[in-house]
Amino acid sequence: MNRKFSWFNATSLTLGFAFLYLPMLILIIFSFNESKLVTVWAGFSTKWYGELVRDQAFLNAAWTTLKVAVISSSVSTVLGTMAAYVIVRAGRFTGRTLFSGMIYAPLVMPEVITGLAMLLLFITIGLDRGVTTIILAHITFTMCFVSVVVSSRLATFDKSLEEAALDLGCTPWDAFRSVTLPIIAPAVISGWLLAFTLSLDDLVISQFVAGPSATTLPMKIFSSVRLGVNPQINALSTIMIAIVTIGVISASLITKRSIARQRAEEQAAVRN
Amino acid sequence: MAQPANRPVFAPWTDPNEKPLIQFKNVTKKFGEFVAIDDMTLDIYRREFFALLGPSGCGKTTLMRMLAGFEAPSEGKILLDGVDIAPIPPNKRATNMMFQSYALFPHLSVWDNIAFGLHRSDMPKDQISARVEEMLRLVKLEKFAKRKPHQISGGQRQRVALARSLAKAPKLLLLDEPLGALDKKLRQDTQFELMDIQEKTGTTFVIVTHDQEEAMTVASRVAVMDHGKMIQVDTPDRIYETPNSVYVADFIGDVNLIEGKASAPKDGKVSIAWAEGQPEIVAETGETIAPGTTVHFAIRPEKVAISVDKPKDRANVLEGTVSDIAYLGNISTYKVEVAGGQMIKTQVANDRRIARRDITWDDKVWLSFTDTAGVVLTS
Repeated sequence: MNRKFSWFNATSLTLGFAFLYLPMLILIIFSFNESKLVTVWAGFSTKWYGELVRDQAFLNAAWTTLKVAVISSSVSTVLGTMAAYVIVRAGRFTGRTLFSGMIYAPLVMPEVITGLAMLLLFITIGLDRGVTTIILAHITFTMCFVSVVVSSRLATFDKSLEEAALDLGCTPWDAFRSVTLPIIAPAVISGWLLAFTLSLDDLVISQFVAGPSATTLPMKIFSSVRLGVNPQINALSTIMIAIVTIGVISASLITKRSIARQRAEEQAAVRN
Repeated sequence: MAQPANRPVFAPWTDPNEKPLIQFKNVTKKFGEFVAIDDMTLDIYRREFFALLGPSGCGKTTLMRMLAGFEAPSEGKILLDGVDIAPIPPNKRATNMMFQSYALFPHLSVWDNIAFGLHRSDMPKDQISARVEEMLRLVKLEKFAKRKPHQISGGQRQRVALARSLAKAPKLLLLDEPLGALDKKLRQDTQFELMDIQEKTGTTFVIVTHDQEEAMTVASRVAVMDHGKMIQVDTPDRIYETPNSVYVADFIGDVNLIEGKASAPKDGKVSIAWAEGQPEIVAETGETIAPGTTVHFAIRPEKVAISVDKPKDRANVLEGTVSDIAYLGNISTYKVEVAGGQMIKTQVANDRRIARRDITWDDKVWLSFTDTAGVVLTS
């Protein structure tokens, strides 16, 4: 077995990673730039971070974004899990194919169309545009992602576990709550995380359904970039990159550790 | 077969006053066009260890799932203790099931798995732990109470599943291929353990299996199924010794089937012409068989004797040539070709350490058996 690290491998790796991460690296470097001009380096400084904290408009936008993301991802996780459960478990009822197709359709629907449709709906029913409408719209488009993640887990779930719970005296709801849900919890949590990140960085749909009273962070960034890139935006983006990086790394560490622990326990069981 | 009078035999199915625990009354189950259970009528009695035996797809699992409440019969009735159970959901039934995959809850410890059903019964909280302890003792797993299912071995998981399904003291325990995942040695040990536990708890067991040896070992009665129908329901020894059809004879154990034309029975004996120029096979039969009917004579290999010299005092003697010998350790199987190319298997116990060398390949040998050794089958 020849596992030598050849020059070809090294070049591919460098090129690939450069392509992926060079833009972000430059953004991070310039967020520590002393100069007000984004493209001219004038020495190291963290002053833009300080200004960011003092900027009330940015803080408001950040708060709105967080609120929208938490509420919409939580609601869409509940709805998406329910939809996935029906698709995987309810057997072959009439219209099942249509139903499952319609659940997944928003996945490929252009965001512009979803946004426009939501806007028309809200105008028709006379709902004032603001945080509520953003939350509703975000639930709509993130729900299908949760469904996909949860239904793929449910498809491999041993149905006899639920039957065993029923057999031992559970009502169907009790069986779901005390057996199914704890076992599929990792999928539900990753569905929530997916919905959360999608909501966090959505721009197009929010743009359609947001009123003057509610601005999310991506909207704020987008509108200020149109007036010219300023170093404050770089600082904000760097913070977001840091949050996402920490989240992804810790999630993968948790999974890896739990797999390793399970393997060790299984080996211990075999030895006994 | 006379039994000593002071030893009562467990055979409630022969007692007309005994009330069956489970009654299937003309039960049919269809999945779309497919008929899984075809107009079945069957009684199972209290304290029985009842085995449903058949190839995959014969409907045995469907039958069990109907008892558990996961399927409802399309037609007919199932009575448990005289009550129609069709409208009762699985969580309200006095039955419990042990699943083929064990279906242990992976997020709960062995202890919590066993206590799971008890928490959902009306048992007072303070009695639950005593009951769980009792179950752990029954299956000898006291030391493993705190472990999770993936931290114990396959055999231990099987015992946890058994303890969990017995914890609620069901009227009826359903076992779906309970030993399928165990290796042969462990399976044999566990079969005896299962019988022990069944006797100790006095629970009625219904077991589904495709392993005929397992069914014969554990069961008080065996039901042989095929295509949604009961072919024969009887005690293991009667299923083996007096099968009612070619299907049962062939499904259970090894058998030689010889096709021939029957003569009119005389003194309870029938002669079967099976090959031209050969002496007819004489066999006892209780049935009245019309002369000229095509019948199958079924005889188990261990009931056929093999010898070099022609035996004088046996009712049936056939001449043949040894075509194959299989040495299996405890026994040897000889495949002997007789008239018309028919192969007859015979088994001889190797009761001496040195293999008999007086019979070898291509030898002319004599096969013989009495007139009561086999059965005459008309279907």
